[in-house]
Amino acid sequence: MLIELNEVSHVYQDENNVKALKNINLEISRGEFIGIVGHTGSGKSTLVQLFNGLIIPSSGTVKVNGKNITNEKSNLKETRRHVGLVFQYPEHQLFEETVFQDIAFGPKNLGLKKDEIRERVEEVMGLVGLDYDEFKDRSPFNLSGGQQRKVAIAGVLALKPDVLVLDEPSAGLDPQGRKQLAELLKYLYQELEMTIILISHRMEEIAELASRVIVMHQGEIVIDDHPIEVFSREQKLHKLSLDLPQITEILHRLEERGLKVNTNLFSISEASAEILKALRSK
Amino acid sequence: MSLIEISGVDFLYGNDNSDRPALQNINLQIEAGDFAVIIGSNGSGKSTLAKLLNVLLTPSQGEIFVAGLDTTNPDNTWKIRQRVGMVFQNPDNQLVASMVEDDVAFGPENLGIPTQEIRNRVDKALEMVGMAGFQKFAPHKLSGGQKQRVAIAGVIAMEPDCIVLDEPTAMLDPQGRKEVMETVQYLNKEKGITVVHITHFMEEAVNADQVIVMNQGQILHKGSPKSIFRLVEQLKDVNLDIPVAVEVAEYLRQENIDIPDILSIDELVDALC
Amino acid sequence: MLKDITIGQYIARDSIIHALDARIKIMITTILIIALFTIDTFTGFGFFAAFVLVVVLLSKISVKKVLKGLKPILILVLFTLFIHIFLTKGGEVLWSWRFISIESEGVYTGFFMVSRIFILILFTSLLTLTTSPLQLTDGIEYILSPLKRFGVPASELSMMMTIALRFIPTLLEEADKIMKAQQARGADFESGNLIQRAKSLIPLLVPLFISAFRRADDLALAMESRCYRGGEGRTRLHELEFRYYDFIALIIIIILAVAVSFY
Repeated sequence: MLIELNEVSHVYQDENNVKALKNINLEISRGEFIGIVGHTGSGKSTLVQLFNGLIIPSSGTVKVNGKNITNEKSNLKETRRHVGLVFQYPEHQLFEETVFQDIAFGPKNLGLKKDEIRERVEEVMGLVGLDYDEFKDRSPFNLSGGQQRKVAIAGVLALKPDVLVLDEPSAGLDPQGRKQLAELLKYLYQELEMTIILISHRMEEIAELASRVIVMHQGEIVIDDHPIEVFSREQKLHKLSLDLPQITEILHRLEERGLKVNTNLFSISEASAEILKALRSK
Repeated sequence: MSLIEISGVDFLYGNDNSDRPALQNINLQIEAGDFAVIIGSNGSGKSTLAKLLNVLLTPSQGEIFVAGLDTTNPDNTWKIRQRVGMVFQNPDNQLVASMVEDDVAFGPENLGIPTQEIRNRVDKALEMVGMAGFQKFAPHKLSGGQKQRVAIAGVIAMEPDCIVLDEPTAMLDPQGRKEVMETVQYLNKEKGITVVHITHFMEEAVNADQVIVMNQGQILHKGSPKSIFRLVEQLKDVNLDIPVAVEVAEYLRQENIDIPDILSIDELVDALC
Repeated sequence: MLKDITIGQYIARDSIIHALDARIKIMITTILIIALFTIDTFTGFGFFAAFVLVVVLLSKISVKKVLKGLKPILILVLFTLFIHIFLTKGGEVLWSWRFISIESEGVYTGFFMVSRIFILILFTSLLTLTTSPLQLTDGIEYILSPLKRFGVPASELSMMMTIALRFIPTLLEEADKIMKAQQARGADFESGNLIQRAKSLIPLLVPLFISAFRRADDLALAMESRCYRGGEGRTRLHELEFRYYDFIALIIIIILAVAVSFY
């Protein structure tokens, strides 16, 4: 098992003592693409920070690659090499003079040799779609918001993690930026067989990409299932005041009105074709 | 005369080396009481336009009149800023004080309103945005949607004719976005405040009286939401999000299914069944 | 970790200490600090400590919370103590080893200074604990306002303080986030020698400064658009108002301070 959480609870030690996570049990295997959804404050961000030891839970154990990371402080650095975490608005963490140096920050911390660092930087810049020769010497602060985000994501990919965790990576991107990001995640998952954990408010994104969806609510996992199953539980999601993907909402509503459509389609073109078919055979 | 009259406006940033001005030949009227939505992708010039309305910038060419006041005349600056309030994108960067009520009071204080009157305005404004009872809260303890509503209250307390919101929902979660949009619509419909809402979320244009689509510093289209959403392909070309229902309708139309202009999921479902 | 800092924190309670006018509280604190420096006996400190305790009880803030605020200065206090114990000479030799010796004068001065620092910090933290930041800045502005004639921008200074207070929690949160993000990339903030540690702060400080500048830019625009143009002609939601018990408090303190100083 890649990541294993056993009876994990977490309380933030401040004046409010908010119980951010309650008795979480969770297993994540290699090669999964997990979507995590839930309201702000449902515990999603706390949960993913447990995976690489940025937060040590108040109780319970977290195992990564079979190693318990909750008691031995010494191997946290090792854990962080396996679990890469891309924070919300990751471009806010850029600090180096050039794109190259910023992406090289992680590999340098791993103590890699110069040649290998260069190789990795070139490779990950290719992955996120930044031309190496064109961008390597530019200041990250003179790039557009979308390009800065790519640099930041490349900076985490350069650690060559087994698991890539992304917290709202598409927030603030335009449709084109979102499309490129989705392509990247698909590639990492399908071609490089990376394990991916994606937090997002955009249900469309989750439905399109994830192979398993975890719904969080007030510090607990309330649903953990295949996307088709999750998004067919319309009532439950509405009760948690979470949205369906818009296209699913449309298909559900049409089905309620008596149009015979398959409601398990998440791509707009497939769903539109399905509606067309149903209309023609009416 | 309209509340806002923009004619032949160009704008070029001083430090910009490119030949293309940030805004080019903008002509636009916004009537009192209207809900106008300006949509455009990043770099389309929509934020620059917003700043021109509040005299944070003045046009390089052409003129803008707000409630009959010329924005290029420095004597009008403060009068215009009182009549056109502005709400910005980042909820963390526009609240001044460490307590909600002091922040809402900031504008009226600057206007030299007497203390008792400020008290009334602050409480009224917070109530209008659904934040009554939050007077003593610290901004950093609020959610994004709440912070934006406090920012809106801060503008309302100045009793403006018009509010310009520059991507107020861009950094919010769906819940916060809903809160802000409901507040803005309430202020427009119930309180008669003119709203200029700038966004890159197309769904937020659905209830507008007028939609203005911007691209590369120019106005690409102007009209009712229905007339704009008919231009699915062109909007996609300028990197804008199309609401899913609109996209489905367009697909069906091209397959010769007869569908009227629709804007929302409700309308699509009604049209099909 | 960064969130543990409590100096300058305000805790809202419904107490007579909270209700006192901010200007009076600032004046009282100043008078007491001056009085503190005229004291040269432990009996005097004892008296002051008792007074602080009474004020804490009246303020309805838990003693534990007030004492917790002393934690960050502990190192400074211990440092002062050791400097005096080892370096101040005079009186009896209590203990010696080769060239190091501890003499009674040093121990006395050491504890004397430490008591003074503790009481000083307690006074000032009581001021911030019981006075909202806004009242505090308003109070300072009022006290400085006679200096406006000499070109001191009192209103602008108080506005700067207000904004600083507003943004401290936001920036602390941000620092925490950036720190975690860099740690996720293998950054190490905790080990190494002093120079290595200072160097390791660059990935934290650069983004933090950039973000602070961006926020300052945004805020300046937002303030301008809300008609801010300096202190001239501004009114206030909260006008400071002297009430009779403010003066009673001030008179009591003056009498106490004079009595203790001449005792």
